[in-house]
Amino acid sequence: MTTHRRGFLQALGTLAAGAAIPSGPLLAQQPKIRIGLMLPYTGTFAALGTAITNAFKLAVNERGGKLGGREIEYFTVDDESDPAKAPENTNRLVQRDKVDVIVGTVHSGVLMGMVKVVRESGTLLVCPNAGAGVATGAACAPNIFRTSFSNWQTTYPLGKVLMDKGQKTAVFITWNYAAGNEMLEGFKEAYTKHGGKLVRELTLPFPQVEFQALLTEAAAIRPQAVVAFFAGGGAAKFLRDYAAAGLKGRIPLYGSGFLTDGVLEAVGDAAEGVETTLHYGDGLSITANNAFRVAYVRAYGIAPDVYAVQGYDAALLLDHGLGAVKGDVSRKKELIAAMEKAKIDSPRGAWTMSKAHNPIQDFYLRKVVGKENLVVGVAHKALADPARGCKMA
Amino acid sequence: MEYLIQVLNGIQYGLLLFLLASGLTLIFGIMGVINLAHGAFYMVGAYLAYWLAKMTGSLWLALPLGVVIALAIGVLLESALIRRLYQRDHLYQVLLTFGLILIFEELRSILFGNDVHGVPIPPALNFSIPLTETLSYPVYRLFISGVCLVIAAALYFVIQKTRIGMMVRAGNSNREMAQVLGVNIPLIYTLVFAFGVALAAFAGMIAAPVSSVFPGMGNQILIICFVVVVIGGIGSIHGAMIAALLIGIADTLGKVLLPEYSGVAVYLLMAAILIWRPQGLFQAT
Repeated sequence: MTTHRRGFLQALGTLAAGAAIPSGPLLAQQPKIRIGLMLPYTGTFAALGTAITNAFKLAVNERGGKLGGREIEYFTVDDESDPAKAPENTNRLVQRDKVDVIVGTVHSGVLMGMVKVVRESGTLLVCPNAGAGVATGAACAPNIFRTSFSNWQTTYPLGKVLMDKGQKTAVFITWNYAAGNEMLEGFKEAYTKHGGKLVRELTLPFPQVEFQALLTEAAAIRPQAVVAFFAGGGAAKFLRDYAAAGLKGRIPLYGSGFLTDGVLEAVGDAAEGVETTLHYGDGLSITANNAFRVAYVRAYGIAPDVYAVQGYDAALLLDHGLGAVKGDVSRKKELIAAMEKAKIDSPRGAWTMSKAHNPIQDFYLRKVVGKENLVVGVAHKALADPARGCKMA
Repeated sequence: MEYLIQVLNGIQYGLLLFLLASGLTLIFGIMGVINLAHGAFYMVGAYLAYWLAKMTGSLWLALPLGVVIALAIGVLLESALIRRLYQRDHLYQVLLTFGLILIFEELRSILFGNDVHGVPIPPALNFSIPLTETLSYPVYRLFISGVCLVIAAALYFVIQKTRIGMMVRAGNSNREMAQVLGVNIPLIYTLVFAFGVALAAFAGMIAAPVSSVFPGMGNQILIICFVVVVIGGIGSIHGAMIAALLIGIADTLGKVLLPEYSGVAVYLLMAAILIWRPQGLFQAT
C-alpha cells in the first residue's frame, strides 16, 4: 500500500514540476485533491457533523469548487461518534481511498483514534471541533491541525471574568469525563491565579442528568457564582433545573459557551442572563461574519452556528496551505509550514495557529438575551492553549 | 436540614425511577419478555408530549392523546412482532427489541431532527416552594412524585386484586394451563404489552418538561430501569417500588458523600443485594 501511495505522490510531484513550465493542457489534467470528511452524520452529533460539512463545502464552492486552485473530490465517512470504529474508519480513508487530507471530527474519543492512525501514516488531519487537549498537546504532530478550540481554552477566560465582577468564591459543576475535567482545570487555573477560590468541584457521571443533589449542595455552600459545563440535552435540563431550584437570580451562573449553544429554544427563559465564554457568538459584527452568515443562510436555509464556523475555517486553512504550494500536496513540508503561518480571516474574527497547531483566538463573553448568545465583550484576547506535553510548542 | 433535603431528593428521584421502570416491570417482570426497546418507548412518549403539546397548546390535552397513541403502537407491535417470540429463546427478543430501538431512533431523526427541544411546564404547576434561603423545590417535581404514587397503587391493585390481574399472573406462571382453563392468553398478553408501552411513553411525557426532549434520551434510562426490576425481584411491583427508592437514595447520597464513586454506587448496591438475595428483594406473587 505504502509503495503504491509513494508512487502516486511521485507522479503528482512530476505533474506539478511539469506545471511549473507554463503548459495549459497538462495543468488541466491535474488530479483532484482527495479530501476525506470523517464526521458524525447519525446519532447525537449528527447536526454538528452536517453543519461542519455544509460550511466546509460552502467555502470550497465560494472558491469555484477548488482549494488552492485544485479541484476537490470528497470521500465521506459517517464516524457515528463511535470511538471503537475510529481506527478502522480512518484507515479506510487513508489506505483504500488514499485521501490527501482528512477533516474530522466532533467527538473527542473518535479524534484520538484518528490521531493515532495519522501519526503513523503522516496524512494531514484538520480537526473542526473535538477539543481534547491532548490532540494539540502530548499527541501533537506536524500533520495534525485544529480549527476549533481546546476544552481548556473555553473556560480559562471565565476565571478573570468572575474576578472582575468581584465574585471571589465559586463552585464548578460538570460531568466527570475528559472534556468536563479539562474545562474544570482551565477555569481553576485562571480563577486561582487571579485570587479566586474554587470552593467545590461537583461532578456526576457522564451522561447522567439527575442534578438535584448537586444543586442542593451548591445552594448549601452558597458560593458567589456557579460555573458549569454540560452540552446538548444535559445542558438544557441543567439550565431548567437551575432555574426551578430557585438558584437563578440568587447565585449567578456562568459556563463554557457550549452550556447555552443550541439549547436556548428548548429552555424557555430559564437561561436568560447566563454568561458564557466561547470563540463565537451572536451579533458579532465582523465583515467576514456578515458575509458568511448571509451566504450560509442562502445556501442551506438555516442560520450557521459555531460548528459551521469551525468547518468553514478548516477549508480556509487548507486553501491557504494549498495555495502556497500551488495545490501540490506532495510538498508536504512547505504545505504544513504555510498552514502554520496562516492568518485565518474567520467569521469569528482573525486568528493564527499556535506552534502546537491550535488556534490562537479571541474568546468572547456572551450573555443570553432572548434566544441569542449575544456577544457583550472580549473575555480574553488572542488566547493560546498551553499545549502541555507538546514537543513542537 | 441539608441532608433532609437530600433524602427528599433521593425519594423524589426514586419515585421517578419507579415511573420509568413501571412499564418494564410489566413487560419484563410479568410477561417475561426482555424488552430493550423500553427506553425507545420512553423517548417516543417524550416526543409525543413535545409534538402534541405544541399542536394542542396544552400538556393536559397531550397526555391522554399520547397515551392512546402509545397504546395503539403497543397493540400493533405485539400482534405483529412480539407475539411470535414468546416461545423462543430470550436472545430473539433481545435482537428484535434492539432492532426496534434503531428503527425508533431513525424515525425520530427523520420526523423531529436532532435538536434539543423543550416542553413548557403547565402554568398551574410552574412555581417553586422555598425551602431554604437559597433553595426552592419545583412543584412540578412534587407533582411527578404524586403521579408515581398513584400509578404504583393502581398497578398493585390491578395486578393483585382484580380478576384480570389474576389472569395475567396465571398466564405468567403457567401459560398452557391458564389457556386450558379458558383464559384468553393472547389477548391478555396483547393488553399487558400495550399497557407496558403506554406506561413507558407516559413516563416520557410526564418527564419531558423537566428533562427536555433530545436524541438518545431513551438509552440513558434503559439500564437503570433493568436495575430497578432486577433488584426488586422480577415480576414484583412492590419490589420494584422499594428498589427504585433504594436506588434513588443511594444515588443521591453517593453524589453528595462520595462524588468520585457516584457512578458505581447504584451498581454496588445491586451487587450487594444480588449476593444476599439472588432472586431480588421480593418474589413475584
